[in-house]
Amino acid sequence: MNYGRMRFVAGFLVIPVALYVIYVIAPYAQAFYIAFTDWRGVSASPRFVGTENFQRLLGDGIFWGAVGHNLLLLILMPLLTLVIALFFAFLLNAGGRGGTGGIWGSKFYRVVFFFPQVLAIAVVAVLFQQVFRPDKSGMLNAPLIALGLEPIGFLSDTDVAFWSILGVLVWQAVGFYVVLFSAGIASIPRDLFEAASIDGAGGAQLFFRVTLPLLWDTIQVGWVYLGIAALDVFAIVWVMTAEQGGPDHSTTVMAAEIYRNAFQYFKFGYASAMGVVLFFFTIGFAALALRLSRRERIEF
Amino acid sequence: MTQLSRRELLRSAVLAGIALPALSACASPVGGGGGASSAPAVGATSAANPLGFAENKPLEIWVFDGGFGDAYAKDIHEPLLKAKHPALEIKHNATKEVAKTLQPRFAGGNPPEFINNSGANAMDFGALVQDDQLTDLTLLYDAPSWDDPAVKVRDTIDPAAITFGSYDGKPYVLPYANTVWGIWYSQKLFTEEGWQVPKTWTDFIALCETIKKSGKTAPFTYAGKHPFYIYEAILTLAAKIGGKDVLKNIDNLEDGAWKAEPVKQAATAFAQLGADYLMQGTAGLDHIQTQLAHNKGEVAMLPCGSWLENEQKDSTPADFGYAVFPLPDFGPSDALPYGTMHIQPGEEYVVPSKSGNPRAGLEYMRAMLSKEGAGKFMEMVSTLTIVKNAGEGLTLKPGLKSASDALTAAGDNAVWFLFRKWYVEMHDEVAAASGQLMSGKLTVDEWMDRAQKKADSIKSDSSVKKFTR
Repeated sequence: MNYGRMRFVAGFLVIPVALYVIYVIAPYAQAFYIAFTDWRGVSASPRFVGTENFQRLLGDGIFWGAVGHNLLLLILMPLLTLVIALFFAFLLNAGGRGGTGGIWGSKFYRVVFFFPQVLAIAVVAVLFQQVFRPDKSGMLNAPLIALGLEPIGFLSDTDVAFWSILGVLVWQAVGFYVVLFSAGIASIPRDLFEAASIDGAGGAQLFFRVTLPLLWDTIQVGWVYLGIAALDVFAIVWVMTAEQGGPDHSTTVMAAEIYRNAFQYFKFGYASAMGVVLFFFTIGFAALALRLSRRERIEF
Repeated sequence: MTQLSRRELLRSAVLAGIALPALSACASPVGGGGGASSAPAVGATSAANPLGFAENKPLEIWVFDGGFGDAYAKDIHEPLLKAKHPALEIKHNATKEVAKTLQPRFAGGNPPEFINNSGANAMDFGALVQDDQLTDLTLLYDAPSWDDPAVKVRDTIDPAAITFGSYDGKPYVLPYANTVWGIWYSQKLFTEEGWQVPKTWTDFIALCETIKKSGKTAPFTYAGKHPFYIYEAILTLAAKIGGKDVLKNIDNLEDGAWKAEPVKQAATAFAQLGADYLMQGTAGLDHIQTQLAHNKGEVAMLPCGSWLENEQKDSTPADFGYAVFPLPDFGPSDALPYGTMHIQPGEEYVVPSKSGNPRAGLEYMRAMLSKEGAGKFMEMVSTLTIVKNAGEGLTLKPGLKSASDALTAAGDNAVWFLFRKWYVEMHDEVAAASGQLMSGKLTVDEWMDRAQKKADSIKSDSSVKKFTR
């Protein structure tokens, strides 16, 4: 590398690296430090307590419940979202007769599927709170009550609440991946679809033999992205559920417990210890996901 | 210049990253504490300024913009103070997120002079006291009162309020409003249907049965999404059955306090109420939704505090006639008589000790505790205050009148618990378990186990400061 090029590269790198260090690396380092103290948020000189926070964390049933919910989301949210989004994207772009275009009305559906993306997460949460209301003002329960049936406690029954949340998360995420996969499908040369359909391939074969293999890179990106989103779930749970993660901790997630311990119990040390655990979960997941889904590229 | 490879460049960037936190440490606790040692301003004391605050330094006020809004501070208390001290510069602020806005100021060593630390996002009083961040209010309570220099502030207010705001025997917090908890109903509905206010638990269950059979309204509901509303009633009943020590033991984290017999009896009674007489969908509705159902006549009774009438003023039918009754007698062996109520001085105000002009904060409190300050507050936000006789000569709305009468009738038979404030974690756990108790997903024994386990874990957590009363 010659001198001029070196200076050029360094000049471009210095500012972003400095910003990254100040706003990403430094807070992480601070969180790691605070995790070993019993800081309660107001003192200027926290007491160092060693691994006490982590030991307490081992026996914290609510936190492990939250970890369990995150892991369940980590598996189910990408799976459901990707399957549904792939299905929709295929219908919109290659589901028509002969695989050459979308099904009838696909332009309209494209807008409808993307609609949830336009809404702020808090709006989605408030909206679904009303949809899930357990009395006759609730969109889903009103017909049940009119028929004289017992309303379903979508958000108030500990056995149901988590699945209601999962439904909302998937509903919210699908639109983006429909668009992403649509772009992916659009970049597949049209003649591949035409050739396959001339050879007699049906809709299912077009999907599994042509679309899916050629979209694999895009799906992989979506999976990693959704997996990280599943570990990061917070706002929907916090705004939508009773007792913010309830009822009775049945929907709580790691981020919610971190927030609760930091900003409601003012146990910043303990919350930071949770943050450290979440950090390793996320890093571990990303490494694993990228390794497992490594696959040979297909050249068009 | 020597050749610098990409690898070396990145390595030095990472090293700089590791070194940086130790250098910067601006938002972290590591090296902060700037300004903590500067002495608070104290001016000369005089008849007009008995606390001796510095008139040339500003007074920064932060009011929680919640159920009471912030108009009372702007329109009543600040003008009152300004009239007496025209030279004092008052900076008014309101926020819905007290902790988020003000906590960094504490960590940075420049808190404001006066904070209304209330609402769901209030700062933890225990953590503030633990870190010596609050001004001892003894000076205020011993100062001459606003209205009569011969009478101390201490003698013009409900003594319970001083106890309430004390941590380890020192008053740090001023609770200004007085809340009476009980079961609320519509006088109009009860009169029309010929229903009587129940005096015993048997009568109460019988009334619930009558209401249920009438088919017009559901008997009972509570803010299902905030199960605190129901554990409040359970604990009040437990205290009525077993005496004030039941709650004192719970607050003091005594071993087995949650497994006491009166607690068990009260929880059993409410679990039955939950199983048989709750309005459909209660568990999924919040306080506003259940209160609206109450206003619409869809449910007959609900437990709440005396802010209810004011909170619902825009949706209550004109002739609704809010009224409150105390929890009925449970049995003949009750430790406390009929009329026992949960009375809780609330809406808390503090003066940070490390602010620039803390005594001006105290002077502001003195103005609030004047008869004019308290009386106008009572009228504006329709709530009781800790200032004695502040309501004299005022015409009160029916609900406030009913609560005021109940407060007088309760007299010494006022019960309360403080763990909600001291150990928010325990509050959350008991609330979560109580919701499950009411919907039949937890047995009474499981409910008691959960609460006891949490109490034990807090007791053994060295990072949480413990309080006793």
